[in-house]
Amino acid sequence: MSDGSEGTGGLTFDKSKRSWPNELNVFGALILIIIIFEILGAIFMQQSLLFDTRDRFDSIFNEARLRIIIIQVAIIGILALGVTQVIITAGIDLSSGSVVGATAMIAMSFAQVAEVNGAMNPKAIFGPSFLDLPVVIPIIVGLSVGTLAGFINGLLVAYARIPPFIATLGMMLFARGVAQWWSLGNPVSFPTESYAKIGAGMMPVIIFLSLAVLFHLIMNYTVYGKHTYAIGSNEAAARMSGINVPRHLMLVYMIAGGLAGLAAVILTSKNLTAQSGMGLSYELEAIAMAVIGGVSLFGGRGSIIGTVIGALIIGVITSGFTFLRLGAFYQEMVLGMIIVGAVALDQWQQQRAAARA
Amino acid sequence: MSDIILETKGLTKHYGGVHALEDADFQLQRGEHVAIMGDNGAGKSTFVRQITGVEQRTRGDVIFDGEPVSFAGPLDAREAGIETVFQTLALADDLNVPDNLFLGREKTKFDWLGPFRLLDYKAMREDTMAGLVKTGVKIPNIKNTIANMSGGQRQCVAIARTATFASKLTIMDEPTAALGVQETAQVENIIRTLKDQGESLILVSHNMRQVFDLVDRIIVFRRGRIVANLNKEDTDGQDVVAYITGAKTGAEYEGAA
Repeated sequence: MSDGSEGTGGLTFDKSKRSWPNELNVFGALILIIIIFEILGAIFMQQSLLFDTRDRFDSIFNEARLRIIIIQVAIIGILALGVTQVIITAGIDLSSGSVVGATAMIAMSFAQVAEVNGAMNPKAIFGPSFLDLPVVIPIIVGLSVGTLAGFINGLLVAYARIPPFIATLGMMLFARGVAQWWSLGNPVSFPTESYAKIGAGMMPVIIFLSLAVLFHLIMNYTVYGKHTYAIGSNEAAARMSGINVPRHLMLVYMIAGGLAGLAAVILTSKNLTAQSGMGLSYELEAIAMAVIGGVSLFGGRGSIIGTVIGALIIGVITSGFTFLRLGAFYQEMVLGMIIVGAVALDQWQQQRAAARA
Repeated sequence: MSDIILETKGLTKHYGGVHALEDADFQLQRGEHVAIMGDNGAGKSTFVRQITGVEQRTRGDVIFDGEPVSFAGPLDAREAGIETVFQTLALADDLNVPDNLFLGREKTKFDWLGPFRLLDYKAMREDTMAGLVKTGVKIPNIKNTIANMSGGQRQCVAIARTATFASKLTIMDEPTAALGVQETAQVENIIRTLKDQGESLILVSHNMRQVFDLVDRIIVFRRGRIVANLNKEDTDGQDVVAYITGAKTGAEYEGAA
């Protein structure tokens, strides 16, 4: 096959048609944003955003800030890993934030201690037999509740043929309602010591990055990943090729739901309390991470690596604005522009590719 | 083993009150290339859909490779050895060539992992290369996504599935309808290669020149019925048009339409 670049009909291979990995563009954007903040920092703050400018020789980077950048996106990043897979199937998941809220309330109710300062736990949801449970129980409850929400999303999308936007919008409202109804708006607090360890310190980051590596491998080296891309790319072709599309979509939405459940467990453990408003607008931030990371809302294109870089971009922007002592409203304006810019860039590249083909 | 690869007896499909296909009796010899012609709505695509299991027939028998068959879906038909190149390209644009060839029947390792079983990329790449060599399809870089290929190359990829999976029968539904002159020539070359290799083929086409160029026999459909079964040597374009339009009907099919 290497005897020439000509096709049977005289078609030639055009090197410019070769695909350039999109993750490189996203990574370039991350570097560009960092450079902009470094320049602004040097001008206005006489400080560096990421590098250690004090007279210490043991580190190059400002480790405290790096840690903050990643820890503030880790939990939503876990949601984004699931949302990325849903978007690659040409779907959308608007429910992940509310599922975090509902799961937080329910899982935390199984993680409470019996005694606080010698008295009965004032926030206890259930009777004494449900207090001081082993840590594995709230974890299993959390994962199950999230997966159940994903299961219902999947049923609605894959079998009832309800558009993903509507199905998950319904789940978003429903799950938020569940979160408020669970304890009639009261917070659920005082977790057991072992539960409090799940989300302590850098644990959210370790879990986020481990899951990112796991799902990167799954999306690239397993049948599950291949079929996820195939369905998003051309659902009719996937069906004609014998892929059980509804069953696969069920699995994708269940994984997304399970990740939301896990995020809720980590979040409540980190905050030592669950409130019905938890996870508010997380779904939009998770979608933003994926979209900034180059995941196409039309399906079929995008990657876990892209989403992780997208999450880092959001983390850098959030930290950067704090570093420049600019109000949060500016940060939201800029994020809004970056999201639209990322989609516009994607559209433009698509059209250019279509014009060349 | 019989010399007949595919036979249908009284194959019929009704969509509610619409009789899209009525009593189609059809035979295909091993290694034979047959064209199916007819006006729009004459029943050509309906006929193909009943054979490939895309739809379930109302009644009648399909005998493939000596066995009566009833495919539940296109994948069943594929596994039995019927490879179909659809009118609309059944390819996933964002996947590369081996991914598309093996879509839905990937070669895998560690199958106990269920849906998370690993893809055997190396084996699939090797089989893809072998299939491309066999059909004479040249694709500069099989790791390119389909989105980066021309219409002709895409259709070639679809056809290369046939060779890759050593199918017993290939069905092509208007394979060149969406292609330019040069790309059409490319696809036709591949069809000739398949003929040389003794591959059986059913070609649904509107293109009279292409049909006379490529096949041994022509079947004409009209209003859901087969109205003519013509050897290429015994007929010409005008004759076929007469059958298609209804000016003539084959002697053995009198009273059919």
